[in-house]
Amino acid sequence: MKSAGPSLTLPVSDRDHILGPANAEITLVEYGDFECPHCGRAYPVVEELRELLGNRMRFVYRHFPLTEAHEHAEMAAEAAEAAGEQNRFWEMHRALFTHQDSLDRTHLARYALSIGLDTARFAHAISERAFAKRIREDFMSGVRSGVNGTPTFFINGLRYDGPAELRFMADAIEQVLGARVS
Amino acid sequence: MSTTIASLTAASGPLAAGTAAPDFRLPSTPDQLVSLSEFLGRPVILVFYPSDWSPVCGDQTTLYNELLPEFHRFQAEMLGISVDGAWCHLAFAHDRKLKFPLLADFEPKGSVARAYGVYRSREGVSERALFVIDSAGIIRWSYVSPIGINPGADGILSALEALSPVGETKE
Repeated sequence: MKSAGPSLTLPVSDRDHILGPANAEITLVEYGDFECPHCGRAYPVVEELRELLGNRMRFVYRHFPLTEAHEHAEMAAEAAEAAGEQNRFWEMHRALFTHQDSLDRTHLARYALSIGLDTARFAHAISERAFAKRIREDFMSGVRSGVNGTPTFFINGLRYDGPAELRFMADAIEQVLGARVS
Repeated sequence: MSTTIASLTAASGPLAAGTAAPDFRLPSTPDQLVSLSEFLGRPVILVFYPSDWSPVCGDQTTLYNELLPEFHRFQAEMLGISVDGAWCHLAFAHDRKLKFPLLADFEPKGSVARAYGVYRSREGVSERALFVIDSAGIIRWSYVSPIGINPGADGILSALEALSPVGETKE
């Protein structure tokens, strides 16, 4: 049984939401919760890292909704997946992380409209809870990989235990790359 | 492997796998007591943590609360234990909407943590330690996390899987 150095047990694959090229030197995976304030603060950090690293990094987002603590987290995750089904996952991801205090059903429908979704199809997916199983898969893959709270990041498969701040994350990535990124 | 007696007297580390789990009787609310022996017949996950309200504990208990259905698939019961008093636990559990009992190792302070080899005398709190106890009351897995690090649930699930295949119901 492992006691140190938790690592990603579910490899990044076609099932994932990925920004950046498949051959990027760095793969940054986040397990996040759209209602978690720490994840909200990490959102612009990830955006800056993406900008700094360009094609050298790809970013993967997986769901880790703490539904007992955050009443809207599960539906927000399902909304992101419902948007993903219409190829707008990242647009919804942005809408959710920039409106963390407005994640009720009415607001989700508003975001769906604003990012150009087929709103009837979106509403159907939410009502049917079409993506609940997939979100649970993400969640359990996180648990088995040593995710212990949100956000948890993995850099090239190894859990990153430092602060979710630009300076620290850039340092950790530089160590992997063996070069300065900023 | 250390013997039971050595571990108990020296308290030099957590009781190891293969050791009989020391029984205890602790308040779970201001007017209710819970004994470990009540749970004979199913696995028990003992979660020692330093104190209610600290941020890392918060994340840890939130995560376990979320995972209770997974633990219940193994018929396992989860018990949290810290040196906080029963009223403090009550307020904490209410605030975090916790659905598993928190036991007060309050008087004599830390005696159960000592029995399990996970008391930090200098700080007067328990380690952040996990024990998985089988249905016969034998410790099958134990782990002490660095005190500031949330140990997550991976180790617990692996230990429960090692006890019995998923879906097998034990009487």
